[in-house]
Amino acid sequence: MSTDLLNLNLRVWRQAGPNDKGGFRTYRLNGVSTHMSFLEMLDVLNEQLIAQKEEPVEFDHDCREGICGMCSLMINGQAHGPDNATTTCQLHMRRFKDGDTVTIEPWRAAAFPVLRDLVVDRSAFDRIIAEGGFVSVNTGNAPDGNAILVPGVRQEVAMDGAACIGCGACVAACKNASAMLFVSAKVSQLAILPQGHPERSARVINMVAQMDKEGFGSCTNTSECEAACPAEVSVAHIARLNREYLRASIFAET
Amino acid sequence: MFRSREYGGTLANRSFGGAQVSRTFYCRGQTGQQLLLGAYQAMMRQVSTGKVKLFARREMLELVIVDGLARGIVVRNLATGQLETHTADAVVLATGGYGNVYYLSTMAKGSNVTAAWRCARKGALFANPCYTQIHPTCIPVTGDYQSKLTLMSESLRNDGRVWVPSTKGDRRAPDQIPDTERDYYLERRYPSYGNLAPRDISSRAAKERCDAGHGVGDSGLAVFLDFRDAIQRDGEDVVRKKYGNLFHMYNKITAEDPYKQPMRIFPAVHYTMGGLWVDYNLMSNIPGLYVLGEANFSDHGANRLGASALMQGLSDGYFVIPYTIGDHLATTKLEKVLEDHPACLQARKDADDRITKLMGVQGKRSVDSFHRELGLLLWDKCGMARNRSGLEQVIGQIRELRDEYWKDVRVLGSGASLNQSLEKAGRVADFMEFAELLAIDALNREESCGGHFREEYQTSDGEAARNDADYSYVAAWEFQSGGAEPVLHKEPLVFENVKPSTRSYK
Repeated sequence: MSTDLLNLNLRVWRQAGPNDKGGFRTYRLNGVSTHMSFLEMLDVLNEQLIAQKEEPVEFDHDCREGICGMCSLMINGQAHGPDNATTTCQLHMRRFKDGDTVTIEPWRAAAFPVLRDLVVDRSAFDRIIAEGGFVSVNTGNAPDGNAILVPGVRQEVAMDGAACIGCGACVAACKNASAMLFVSAKVSQLAILPQGHPERSARVINMVAQMDKEGFGSCTNTSECEAACPAEVSVAHIARLNREYLRASIFAET
Repeated sequence: MFRSREYGGTLANRSFGGAQVSRTFYCRGQTGQQLLLGAYQAMMRQVSTGKVKLFARREMLELVIVDGLARGIVVRNLATGQLETHTADAVVLATGGYGNVYYLSTMAKGSNVTAAWRCARKGALFANPCYTQIHPTCIPVTGDYQSKLTLMSESLRNDGRVWVPSTKGDRRAPDQIPDTERDYYLERRYPSYGNLAPRDISSRAAKERCDAGHGVGDSGLAVFLDFRDAIQRDGEDVVRKKYGNLFHMYNKITAEDPYKQPMRIFPAVHYTMGGLWVDYNLMSNIPGLYVLGEANFSDHGANRLGASALMQGLSDGYFVIPYTIGDHLATTKLEKVLEDHPACLQARKDADDRITKLMGVQGKRSVDSFHRELGLLLWDKCGMARNRSGLEQVIGQIRELRDEYWKDVRVLGSGASLNQSLEKAGRVADFMEFAELLAIDALNREESCGGHFREEYQTSDGEAARNDADYSYVAAWEFQSGGAEPVLHKEPLVFENVKPSTRSYK
């Protein structure tokens, strides 16, 4: 493995707080190893800023292995950057060229207000899940796993939706800031599995209602969300959500 | 929650490290993630019914003790910087392990010891901190900017074979090295368990080979995990179905294709068996303070085996705490405590003073630079292998580094807003104190046991040598203020029916 070093211009969104107007600042960062992850590159930028007594850039991150859904960032206008099926923390600097100017912004969506710099508040997703993104099983009442058989093939289709990490890239990538891919991943996976059937009507109606209430936009089937999704959740789940919604609206049991 | 299924619909299972039978349920290569999502969804259901109130982006900074009972906590709202006091009839900590004291680990970057250590400073005993688990299958370090180590799931060792070149310093590409010149050292040393030998043993075996000069990659600190035989046997599609997401992740990080060339792996800190001391009811020695999961010291002894953190999650959260906390609430006289109680005000002032002190140092070095240095010290002297002189040396070095930290750390910005440097500064300050306790415990335990390997105490063939006569106890340490040595409390381990023996993986 050879190590190449890049010299980069970074255009970074700086915003002191939720009510600040914010703006771009440009920083020069030299000697960036191509083996670094994108967030490690930001760590190095922050070390440089701290040394110059400038406040470091705030950004969300946690697991740094692509599974927690905390990292975000619009990188050159693309959610999680240029690679397919990749979170920002898994994006590596070998994807960039020496002399590149890299523009780094927070998720842009009214429902995800900026807290500071590149950090946004994604609690709207929590409130949507609270409206039905679960199966109601009480502690002590869970049936044995083998009591309800789930064909392996069916399980795999549901699992494709369950792979969603809740990062919000689908919203950030959408021109309408629609949350349909996120919501549909949950609605669809639970509609496929027998465990999710008893609550399927109420679930889809309530979760969609909460999604609208949070101020997410409408879906126009552009599929930018699927292209940006680090977990490769398919828009087929959106189709299934729409079927579930129609079914629930016409044949609602509740 | 999701579990992989057989075609007929029953739960699928597979084998895991330290086990020779397939008995572990799984979900592709993301079992832990699906557990987390399942738990999250179940919690959000309780949030929607109003039984749970969620305070996101909060960090616990102090425990409130009133009349000897744990009665609340002080937290900082990380989004606004405001301190908040929450009073309660009991406090339940489920704040995870302290592996990030090593700076590089497989843990999430936000994991820290602060909540547990704040309780330890108020009198909660900290037990067995030296029991740290080093996981054998992680992606190796590439440079000094490295911020985190990525775990390749242990399940890979079901089908991957671990090897190094038989010749020292052999730099040929792996596919140019014929089988006769490969050392499948786990299969050689542990013929019955082979590549599924337990984590501590596999990790030490990798270190042993690398120390002997057989390591691979740029740094020489890596071994191969090879899927060639599995792909030849089962075909690439079968391997992809089992491990596709892990192979994808490996490819993202290293730009190498594990379907075509072996992965390079090296051990990394993954789990910490030590934690706050608790009784069988999961209550610490501070009445009303309960500690669950990785934050406590129970269940895993000196070493945790694959998939058993789930077991602890179930036992602590499902079988134990729902029944034991009620006993405390029913049998203890709990006067109402309000936020203006002197103990609350004092705890809040302590938290506030600490923030002011950290912001006031105005030194030259970033928090991360101190954290990296601390981590390296511990990894070198108190990592996979430890010895007396190294531990004595590192304790002194940690003290010096801690003094330097409080003189030279630079935290910019304000305490009254979102400030990640300040968050990290508080956590690293606690790691600086805690690291010393970890090394003291490692020095005290003059035996090799589970995740703790003392070089002086090993068998002739390099296996861990326990000393049950002298060290069959839990080491529970009591913090002393003013920089005094912590006091050791020994809880003897009494075995009535099953006698401790040495498990052989050979």
